[in-house]
Amino acid sequence: MQMTAAEQTAEQAEADMKQEEATPEETVKKSGKRKLVAREERATVGEMAVENPRMSCRNVDVYYNFGEKKAINNISLDIGRNEVIAMIGPSGCGKSTFLRCLNRMNDTIEGCQVKGEISMDGKNIYDKDVDVVPLRAQVGMVFQKPNPFPKSIYENIAYGPKIHGLVQNRDETDELVENSLKRAGLWNEVKDRLDQPGTGLSGGQQQRLCIARTIAVNPEIILMDEPCSALDPIATAIIEDLIDELKQEYTIAIVTHSMQQASRVSQRTAYFHLGDLIEIGPTDQIFLNPLHQLTEDYITGRFG
Amino acid sequence: MSNSDAINGSGNGRVRTMDIVNKGLAKRYKRERRFRMMGLSAIILSLAFLSLLFISIIANGYTAFEQTMIQLDVHLDAQEIDKENLAAANYLGLIRTSLKKTFPDVKKRRDKRKMYNLVSPGASFMLQDFVMRNRHEIGNTITIWVPADDDVDMLMKGNIKRDVPESERRMNDMQLSWVDKLIASGQIKKVFNTTFFTAGDSREPELAGIWGAACGSFYTLIVTLLLSFPIGVAAAVYLEEFAPTNRWTDLIEVNINNLAAVPSIVFGLLGLAVFLNFFELPRSAPLVGGLVLTLMTLPTIIIASRAALKSVPPSIREAALGVGASKTQMVTHHVLPLALPGMLTGTIIGMAQALGETAPLLMIGMVAFIVDIPGGFTDPSTVLPVQIFLWADSPERAFLERTSAAIMILLAFLVTMNAVAVLLRKKFERRW
Ligand SMILES: Nc1ncnc2c1ncn2[C@@H]1O[C@H](COP(=O)(O)OP(=O)(O)OP(=O)(O)O)[C@@H](O)[C@H]1O
Ligand SMILES: [Mg+2]
Repeated sequence: MQMTAAEQTAEQAEADMKQEEATPEETVKKSGKRKLVAREERATVGEMAVENPRMSCRNVDVYYNFGEKKAINNISLDIGRNEVIAMIGPSGCGKSTFLRCLNRMNDTIEGCQVKGEISMDGKNIYDKDVDVVPLRAQVGMVFQKPNPFPKSIYENIAYGPKIHGLVQNRDETDELVENSLKRAGLWNEVKDRLDQPGTGLSGGQQQRLCIARTIAVNPEIILMDEPCSALDPIATAIIEDLIDELKQEYTIAIVTHSMQQASRVSQRTAYFHLGDLIEIGPTDQIFLNPLHQLTEDYITGRFG
Repeated sequence: MSNSDAINGSGNGRVRTMDIVNKGLAKRYKRERRFRMMGLSAIILSLAFLSLLFISIIANGYTAFEQTMIQLDVHLDAQEIDKENLAAANYLGLIRTSLKKTFPDVKKRRDKRKMYNLVSPGASFMLQDFVMRNRHEIGNTITIWVPADDDVDMLMKGNIKRDVPESERRMNDMQLSWVDKLIASGQIKKVFNTTFFTAGDSREPELAGIWGAACGSFYTLIVTLLLSFPIGVAAAVYLEEFAPTNRWTDLIEVNINNLAAVPSIVFGLLGLAVFLNFFELPRSAPLVGGLVLTLMTLPTIIIASRAALKSVPPSIREAALGVGASKTQMVTHHVLPLALPGMLTGTIIGMAQALGETAPLLMIGMVAFIVDIPGGFTDPSTVLPVQIFLWADSPERAFLERTSAAIMILLAFLVTMNAVAVLLRKKFERRW
């Protein structure tokens, strides 16, 4: 059976894809020179484990509405130290859901259940004795929708450090605020109006404000959910530089819809599809030589 | 592509779409105008009724802010007044002597009694007060203005008509002639009615005031506010932010909603049974009134506060939790400040309800006739709406205008409360 598949020409493979029907014997087939895993296969391909991971997820299932809706299906994935891992995939495939599991942000959603094991430095963060407050201080998050506090720009940045006691006096706070805003590339635009409401900024400015707010707390792991979705190329470049700089010390998981961004900033990339982790591997490999047909479809824009 | 062709057509198809839009446009605008007219007329109608209400109340009540006074020359006979025991002197006698001097031709006993009734029974107390404050005047003849009796007052205000036959008039011709004589000699005048604003209730309209009831209302509302606002807000915050959703919290929620619809007199019965009979708290006290009104306003405040909390966008909560705020910090630093204006609105609505509430207070004895001004939370007292009810029930014509005046005071109370609420809301509201 495999022999017949091997004999198929590249053109025939194209035709098959359009037909969107596959027989079991086509589970593994050749497209051009590469062998691609068929679309129907949902098991993760690629090397999901890394040595000495910072965070490690095993068999994670996430349900919404008290188990009615399964949003994430049996995902296992390691996040290494000082690496940037990109998560890509079509809209609604569960990238945000997965990201929000990593700092237990899903706890706040009523009826959301997380099964499986997610550990940070070997400690399961879903254990009963884990305190989410220090966890979230350690694992910061930039949300998909910019959500500045309805307070001044200054307060937006200073709030986190203040509650954690990272700053002792006004001078330290001023310095931290300025520093965070500079790193997020927002300082020049807002330095004259720090006392104005953060919600009065433009969408892109709010997004950078939220990034600045997150890095002000100095988290060790930063989860970014489409942090550049509303940014122009210049601001995007600033954020990408920031990510590059942050990865020297920290670990970053970033969700993005921009393939270019994923390839620019990340070392590893994970491709999600309808709740499944389809493929995970080094970014270069994912974008140049994907192993799974779905990944290939997605990155070549053929995904329907 | 074939699909979109069918909808838009090509070239002239777009023109057709515009035609359809234009055809419907007139109808749409007409409907819009009709809707706006309906809204406008509803507002005009309600404003008209409101002004009608205000006009009738003010027209009925403004005269109560004036009181007729009669000037008397009283000789403070040193022999009548014992300097050691000022309270024992016969001040009524002094007043009567003075009246006799003013109208020397009145001889008959019956007429004399009528003459004495020209001035209010409160006159002798006023004289006593005056003497106590001015001991050095004893022995002299002094001039003092004392309140006229309510009938004289009504006559002066035109509420007793002179042209009706004597038999149907509350004052006979002789009394009218006395008043005329006082008018002629300038010994009678209308002054601003301070008594109304400083005195407690009285059987005599000219001595009755609203201050006692206002104080009662004030103390009652203080108790209500101090209890219902913190308890209501705390309950709302707990139910909305911390409580798990399960059968118990559902049950509590249903019950709170039901309580909001319970007739207020039932709360009065509860107060009677629990606070008076079981805990043996004092009757007619603002403390108990406040407790009962707290029970009544709590559901309102809780429901409004929960709605206010619900309206805080979840993204704000996520933002706070995301930077590592604890749940309590999230609530106190971010959610509560945003929900506070809504909570204040709910509280003010509840307090306004409580201010106007009569029925439950009747059950706990706040309907009693109380002359003294309450000085604390356990003194017997009444409240403004109950006072209005009591006066509206009185037969004297002079109480009629006082009823309207009391309603004005109640409304003023309400307006002030609302103004304070608006100010507070402005202060706390963040418009960003
Ligand atoms: N609070 C929720 N309640 C119920 N279902 C949810 C909830 N949040 C997400 N979902 C569902 O879970 C699935 C995954 O959603 P998720 O937000 O993780 O997608 P995503 O990959 O981040 O998409 P996008 O790229 O559009 O942000 C979707 O089908 C979505 O409808
Ligand atoms: Mg998302």
